Amino acid sequence: MDTLLLSRLQFAVATYFHFLFVPLTLGLSILIAIMETAFVRTKNVEYQAMAKFWGKLFLINFAVGVVTGITLEFQFGTNWSRYSRYVGDIFGPLLAIEATVAFFLESTFIAVWAFGWKRLSPKAHAISIWLVAFASSLSAVWILIANSWMQHPVGYVMKDGRPVLNDFMAAVTQPYAILTILHTLAASYIVAGFFVMGISAYHLLRKQSISLFTKSFRIALVFSLIFSIFVVIEGHMHGSDLAEKQPAKLAALESHWETGPIAPVFIVAVPDEKNARNSIEIGLIPGALSMLAFHSLNATVTGLRDIPKDERPPVAATFVSFRLMVTLGMLFMFLTIVGWFLRKRIESQRLYLKVMLYAIPLPYIACALGWTVTEMGRQPWIVYGLMKTADGVSPVAASQVAVSLVAFTLVYLVLGIAAFVLMAKHARKNPQLTPLAEQAGRR
Amino acid sequence: MLETIWFLLWGILWAIYFMLDGFDLGIGALLPFVAKNEAHKRTVYTSIGPFWDGNEVWLITAGGVTFAAFPATYAVMFSSLYTPLMLILFALILRGASLELRGKTSSQTGRLLWDFCFVIGSFLPALLFGVAFANIFKGIPVDSEGLLQGNLLTLLNPYGLLGGLLFLFLFLVHGSLWLAAKSEGEVYERAGAIARMLWPVLLIIAVLFLIFTAFQTKLYENYMGTPVLFIIPALCVSALILERVYLGKHSYWKAWFASCGTIVCATLFGVIGIYPNLFPSSLDPKYSMTIYNSASSPLSLKIMLVVALIFVPIVIVYQTWAFNFFKAKVRKNEGEEEAY
Repeated sequence: MDTLLLSRLQFAVATYFHFLFVPLTLGLSILIAIMETAFVRTKNVEYQAMAKFWGKLFLINFAVGVVTGITLEFQFGTNWSRYSRYVGDIFGPLLAIEATVAFFLESTFIAVWAFGWKRLSPKAHAISIWLVAFASSLSAVWILIANSWMQHPVGYVMKDGRPVLNDFMAAVTQPYAILTILHTLAASYIVAGFFVMGISAYHLLRKQSISLFTKSFRIALVFSLIFSIFVVIEGHMHGSDLAEKQPAKLAALESHWETGPIAPVFIVAVPDEKNARNSIEIGLIPGALSMLAFHSLNATVTGLRDIPKDERPPVAATFVSFRLMVTLGMLFMFLTIVGWFLRKRIESQRLYLKVMLYAIPLPYIACALGWTVTEMGRQPWIVYGLMKTADGVSPVAASQVAVSLVAFTLVYLVLGIAAFVLMAKHARKNPQLTPLAEQAGRR
Repeated sequence: MLETIWFLLWGILWAIYFMLDGFDLGIGALLPFVAKNEAHKRTVYTSIGPFWDGNEVWLITAGGVTFAAFPATYAVMFSSLYTPLMLILFALILRGASLELRGKTSSQTGRLLWDFCFVIGSFLPALLFGVAFANIFKGIPVDSEGLLQGNLLTLLNPYGLLGGLLFLFLFLVHGSLWLAAKSEGEVYERAGAIARMLWPVLLIIAVLFLIFTAFQTKLYENYMGTPVLFIIPALCVSALILERVYLGKHSYWKAWFASCGTIVCATLFGVIGIYPNLFPSSLDPKYSMTIYNSASSPLSLKIMLVVALIFVPIVIVYQTWAFNFFKAKVRKNEGEEEAY
């Protein structure tokens, strides 16, 4: 294997693994903040016990998210040095701003929150977790602006063969970035919502701490319902935006080969990349793709055949990931709507609870698929239309990357298992309520 | 002008990073020597628990600023130092994980494994950062393509190793001072004793480093050109001596602050010495990455300067507040219900 392939694999390992932890951090911090706010408002200690229970899981998850995040920033330099040099004028500042405005805030107040249970008033404690929640979502905003720039570079002029910033606001406020941010944040919030619902379901099925977990479940249900509906609508807008800005990606998403109006969607299709067609096409819905992409039956949708062969993304992977992601997205909307109707007696809906327990991994999978669509669909470009991935890799020896790839895989495997075991252990624990009076005595 | 401002900020960011993460890296490497039982270990972990993550963000920022202000330097620096950087990264991953997950692990063996990761994960970056920076001061054999002509062993030359030892001992003393300031009882006694024991060793290494620097590097050229700059190494040595004075009086916080001064000045001593280079090549000066051939466009530098001028003071305010909030000594049984 060559340096390019090894570096791509390593980046994939590092990002997929990192993004197992990020979405939960983004969403669960908000849910805990809501719980603590409820505690401040109602003085009901159950909300505090809830915040503590979910807080423990949050901290385990957060830790792994943090330590795997540092690697990503450094990998641009170690493995993608030519890319870094090429885009540094625009991509670099976005990363630096992320660290300056978001990471400091997040890291400082996570410590204040984790070590401040006895030192802070409930109100100050709630404020610190709100700051953590705000800062984590803010960091996501900046890194997604950076990623969006790789997808759809704007706000630059070419100078000495590399893009140089000429309009910062254009890069920061471009619609592509806004749509990506909304999509990723909503998806992350769904991960957290399903996580809380699933673990609550586990305890409700065992009939322990029923009141606490019913409340947790309901908070997470409303949260997930809102974002599950939102992500579907927003996802559609995101798709239309792609049609305009990344035609190759859109064509790959639907395995669409022939340019033309009334572009169809097939319910089942098997892409045959070699012969530039689908080997199997079942369930033609005429004009559906034109309609979805451009809101008009007669709109022409570029097919993959009209995109030079060396500029086509890997169709099968992009297509399958997209289909699965969309299916899962629909499923989340369905499950949360069902939950809405069952919400009043949720603790006795055993079948629904069981489904929700086993649904915990699904939003994680949807996120991974979403990133596959985004990143695979951009190939062969590292910066869409400007630089090919193959031209961005560091001129380092393949053996070096091979060794670090193996090390990454092993370390992450161990870390992943450790985090999973610890989270499973703490998720199963039945939380204890500490009456307010006793707390006052200890403080 | 903008480039020079960012060069200074770049140096200062690294200096702050070493000053802050230095003490928790040092404490990590000292764990087996200061903690004899579980209660001691708990004290050690809790003494840095609320701080280490915020400290490490300065590394992310230093890295981010290298990328943003001097992309070509970032590219050459990080790819040519591939192996040592990967080692540092793995070390930081393992130690970060152990800091957060150890307290939630109940099995004895599990905790010992986390302790092991914590110690190695702290020792290695302390040493390797020193090796890397000493080599940068000296010049690194990179060619016109930014490729390293050599391997990890090339970097482990005598001067590089001396730099590694310098950082290691700076951090060990820094850490033991912090621990003494933050603890009571046996841990306090031991941390203080270690600081007193290590200080003379640090002094010898520092003097050796200053002497070797004259022979192995061109750092002093800038100082000869602008003698007023000698104030930096002078401050460094004075802070080091002040450290010993406070150490004698058992004023550990004051000694720790003096140690902060030592570390910042030691870093700046080297950084100012290489100006206008960021990453000098030892093969040929024309392969060196400088502020002239690697800086971002004036617009990028200006935007970042505005962001930095607004947000860095805010960060310093709330981080100082948080340091102050957690400055009390770690009490017995503290943290059992909290993160540790």
